[in-house]
Amino acid sequence: MDATDAVIRIEGLTTHYGTRRILNNINLQVRARETLVLLGASGTGKSTLLRHILALERPTEGHVFINGIDTCRASEEELNRVRRRMGVLFQSGALFGSMTLADNVALPLRELTKLEESTIQIMVRMKLDLVGLTGFGDYMPAQLSGGMRKRAGLARALAMDPEILLFDEPSAGLDPITAAGIDALILNLKKTFPLTMVVVTHELVSAFQIADRIAMLHEGEVIALGTVEEIKQASHPRVQQFLNRVPEEQMRDREAYLRSLTAGF
Amino acid sequence: MGSLLAYVGRGTLNFLRYTGGIARLGKDAAYWTLWAPLRGKGIKGRAAIHQMVLAGVNAVPIVSLISFFVGLVLALQTAYELRKYGGTVYVVNLVAVAMSRQLGPLMTAVIVAGRSASSFAAELGTMKVGEEIDALETIGLNKVKFLVVPKFLALLLVMPCLTLLADLAGIAGGSIFTLYELGMPMGYYWTRATEALLLRDILSGLIKSVVFGIIITMVGCYEGLAVRGGAEGVGRATTSAVVTSITLVIAADMFFSVLFYYLW
Ligand SMILES: Nc1ncnc2c1ncn2[C@@H]1O[C@H](COP(=O)(O)OP(=O)(O)O)[C@@H](O)[C@H]1O
Ligand SMILES: [Mg+2]
Repeated sequence: MDATDAVIRIEGLTTHYGTRRILNNINLQVRARETLVLLGASGTGKSTLLRHILALERPTEGHVFINGIDTCRASEEELNRVRRRMGVLFQSGALFGSMTLADNVALPLRELTKLEESTIQIMVRMKLDLVGLTGFGDYMPAQLSGGMRKRAGLARALAMDPEILLFDEPSAGLDPITAAGIDALILNLKKTFPLTMVVVTHELVSAFQIADRIAMLHEGEVIALGTVEEIKQASHPRVQQFLNRVPEEQMRDREAYLRSLTAGF
Repeated sequence: MGSLLAYVGRGTLNFLRYTGGIARLGKDAAYWTLWAPLRGKGIKGRAAIHQMVLAGVNAVPIVSLISFFVGLVLALQTAYELRKYGGTVYVVNLVAVAMSRQLGPLMTAVIVAGRSASSFAAELGTMKVGEEIDALETIGLNKVKFLVVPKFLALLLVMPCLTLLADLAGIAGGSIFTLYELGMPMGYYWTRATEALLLRDILSGLIKSVVFGIIITMVGCYEGLAVRGGAEGVGRATTSAVVTSITLVIAADMFFSVLFYYLW
């Protein structure tokens, strides 16, 4: 892959919380119009990686380039310009609790564009329709179910017609039907718009459904990277553990067993 | 011994980090309040008015009531001592000067710290926990401009007003005592009070109140933005916002009182 056609380029990213290392030398590229799924168990640093792509945290080492701009070095103005082309759906939806859904979706438009209020109203209605929340504009976030809150968060993420869309565990904590609905919504967006997407998840079913490529994370490192088929074939024991849902204790038993076999040599 | 040194060292580091954080937030808030609007970056006027209502208008009853009682008790306590020397008439001077130089601004600050520092910390802390602050930033909106500056502006304006009100209520409280206990006519009391007061007594109190307002906003917002770890973190930040802001208010009060005593 040519380095220039990567929309998101992560180079040698290492980060710490305090003295604890969370991510270790991550190298990843996301191509234009590709959907990359970051797959991994809880606590492996998926959200942390996403926060670095968003430049919400600064790495100890390494760089994140968005469309060629180094977000760790960018000025605030440059960063805001980059962020305008990104939309994010946070794990909890992250709707502003003091505003109605319509105002949540309208906020970026009101603050960052000079559009007329009537135009904004129309755009808000379109975005809410797009995520299946027609007629819910006047609801407060607290009045919604978890799935609806995520849909609303997605409508807000789409408000500025971003080129890059990032998701943090879009279907976590939802019942299977609602989760499938969100997955279908993501697939639909992928088909309809020329979006580059990064989806963080720990759910295999949705990962296999939406991914063009999957990057498998384990303890802050990318241990496998490839298409769905390639990941399914990957021989790395941690990948197989994840795919076959093997609990951690059994893994350790197996390692101990292997060590005991080789101990005599 | 070693662990004691480590403890002191860690404490000092934490203190420096805290004051550094507050100072940085203060600098950002000053930039977005004073400088950015001049460069056409706008200011959230409606949000500021909303905050003025919450922090100022809604605090009027409690500030007046408490100051009124403080003034009344102050008159009573000074009369207790002054009557030994037959100087009960000086109760008026004492109440007027003590209220406007010291107790008006301080009581107001303590009440506002209890009401608003806690609510700032809780509001911003909840937003932090719910990833709302991250969402704001990724949209490309500045959290200081959107969330801190309206509160900052509100307290900058509201604190002197509430303090003036507290001064008045306190002096009025004193008049009730002198009227019923010492038989001093109201008219005489107020004339004497205005004669006793110099402009600088009132002004020095108002200057202090502005400083207290800055402290309360900065500590409340800083605590809120620094929240880690869920609902429990919000609770801790709220408590800490009140305790820290009251402590800093009293420290600042001491500093400014000494300054005004010698210089003005
Ligand atoms: N703000 C933070 N401060 C300290 N440690 C953190 C913080 N955020 C996350 N961590 C730690 O970093 C690790 C990775 O977290 P995260 O990226 O949220 O994992 P994931 O999203 O894969 O579940 C976890 O072990 C977590 O405890
Ligand atoms: Mg996560």
